[in-house]
Amino acid sequence: MKFLGLIRANLFRKKMRFVLTIGSFAVALFLFGVLAVVRGAFSGGIDIAGADRLVVINRTSIIQPLPLAYADKIRRIPGVKELTYANWFGGVYQDEKNFFPQFAIDVDNQRRVYPEFDIPEEQWQNFVKDRQGAIAGAATAKRFGWKVGDRIPIKGTFLGGVWEFNLDGIYHGTRQADDETQFWFQWKRLDEQVPAQYKSHVGWYTVKVEHPDDSLRVSKAIDEGFANSPFETHTDTEKAFAAGWVKQFGNIQFLIMSIGGVVFFTLLLVTGNTMAIAVRERTGELAVLKAVGYSDRFVLLFVICESLLIALIGGCLGLGLAKLFTLGGDPTRGLLPFFFLPGEAILAGLGVTLLVGAASGIIPAVGAMRLRVVDALRRV
Amino acid sequence: MVRVDGGGGSNSLIKARGLGKTYSRGGEQIQVLQALNLDVEQGEFVAFMGPSGSGKTTLLNLLGGLDVPSAGSITVAGDEITHMSRSRLTQWRARHVGFIFQMYNLIPVLTAFQNVELPLLLTSLSKAQRRQHVETALGVVGLSDRMHHFPRQLSGGQEQRVTIARAIVSDPTFLLCDEPTGDLDRKSADEIMELLLRLVKDHKKTVLMVTHDPVVAARADVTLHLEKGVLVEAGRLQPVASGGVR
Repeated sequence: MKFLGLIRANLFRKKMRFVLTIGSFAVALFLFGVLAVVRGAFSGGIDIAGADRLVVINRTSIIQPLPLAYADKIRRIPGVKELTYANWFGGVYQDEKNFFPQFAIDVDNQRRVYPEFDIPEEQWQNFVKDRQGAIAGAATAKRFGWKVGDRIPIKGTFLGGVWEFNLDGIYHGTRQADDETQFWFQWKRLDEQVPAQYKSHVGWYTVKVEHPDDSLRVSKAIDEGFANSPFETHTDTEKAFAAGWVKQFGNIQFLIMSIGGVVFFTLLLVTGNTMAIAVRERTGELAVLKAVGYSDRFVLLFVICESLLIALIGGCLGLGLAKLFTLGGDPTRGLLPFFFLPGEAILAGLGVTLLVGAASGIIPAVGAMRLRVVDALRRV
Repeated sequence: MVRVDGGGGSNSLIKARGLGKTYSRGGEQIQVLQALNLDVEQGEFVAFMGPSGSGKTTLLNLLGGLDVPSAGSITVAGDEITHMSRSRLTQWRARHVGFIFQMYNLIPVLTAFQNVELPLLLTSLSKAQRRQHVETALGVVGLSDRMHHFPRQLSGGQEQRVTIARAIVSDPTFLLCDEPTGDLDRKSADEIMELLLRLVKDHKKTVLMVTHDPVVAARADVTLHLEKGVLVEAGRLQPVASGGVR
């Protein structure tokens, strides 16, 4: 601690250079934070997907329905614990820009398959009894200023007309990454309104298995059970289903890693050069330190500590700004429900910061360590 | 008594025997010092003079453990330093040598107090003890009222006094001064010399000084001349007009 004053004094030696170097780290780490948020926004569904849940869709495409009658057949497969189903609605609230996902859900089984969504019991019971009822996620309710008891008009795009809903309840996720943007209403109400050929058909099934180890066997059993039928199925784990969904946007992970890699490599060059200049300017002073008894190892650590401290200040600033940026929530208003900077990303950011800080300081530090007092003083 | 004939006794604080230093430059061997002997006793003030390139600074560097000789040995207060490892030599310097450079070499971002405190940070002294030592050292050099000034806020003479305070703060065995007045005007140079003489007289410090200035050299106990790497005694000088200490 007694050497901290020495390090601190050196940091502020060239204020402009200090600010610019800190700024380089801050910008890079801000970008890192935002990229982590974007990655999380796309892959958040994958990360939190239940390991014990399977999604069953029509083998042709998710937009093709499956018969409701499959529900009982699937339930009879050994290893299946719970089952629910849903349809995509795709309505518009006031304006097309007000996107949020709307699902017609199976009220009898929804909560058993998705226990992570928390709804007050009284609100849920009101919803079950109310054919025109709806439940909204907390984020969507907050976004539009909805309160329980409000009347919500949604314009149907596929089925047409304006669908009026009574907001009976608001659900909250029990984990930070849980999607709180959904809007649920009773599947039976949808079924009553769809054309005859779509009656008693669902968009997809979600199956909860007894144990995650059963997933593969149960998936195979479901798909084999409906093979060669007019509605063949494709069953996957919820995680794989979410990953497949993300893949439609391209290789987000690769894109983010590429951008991040280039940014940090550039940062390494910039800060490495800055540290080299900073050490070269102080050759005489470092020689004096050695002359009065500071060891080579001390000088090495001294330069690395300085580099680490610069990196850490800039990194914390950048990550702090990235965190602030996400506090406003999803800027796309619903397309990216998992829009937040996770703690792991902050830790990873700090790790990368320290790594770049150490790497940029190591060469000048070794140079300073090897510095011969006599040679250095001769140069002054 | 300073001797250069290798005949010094066991009283010598600093004893160099057969000291040689050869540099290799562009494949050519340059002998800077050759078979040099030196004995300096505690509390003596020795000035080294000689033309540029005669090996004065090299000799000082060797005696201060900043460089290693090509031949011979150096013993200081009973410690043979010639064969010490680099890290041990660093520790030895911290304990035994106070350096005073021509260009002061203060750290510009630290105050006078912090510059003087630097050698003490390596010790186990508490913060309060360090403060006491620094204040004492700055008091000795007459800069108690400038301890929170940065080097840029001090004159050249004051900066050199801070350097002297830094050199004496850890109470080293001896002081090495490389052209301590070389960058100062005559008045400031006189003040620095007064201070060094006071350290020798009042605090029994041993001072070895390189200088080009015969007026400055005249104030030391003895002046030794280096000619082509060989040390010769110029004689013990009597009181000089400018200082009149001796």
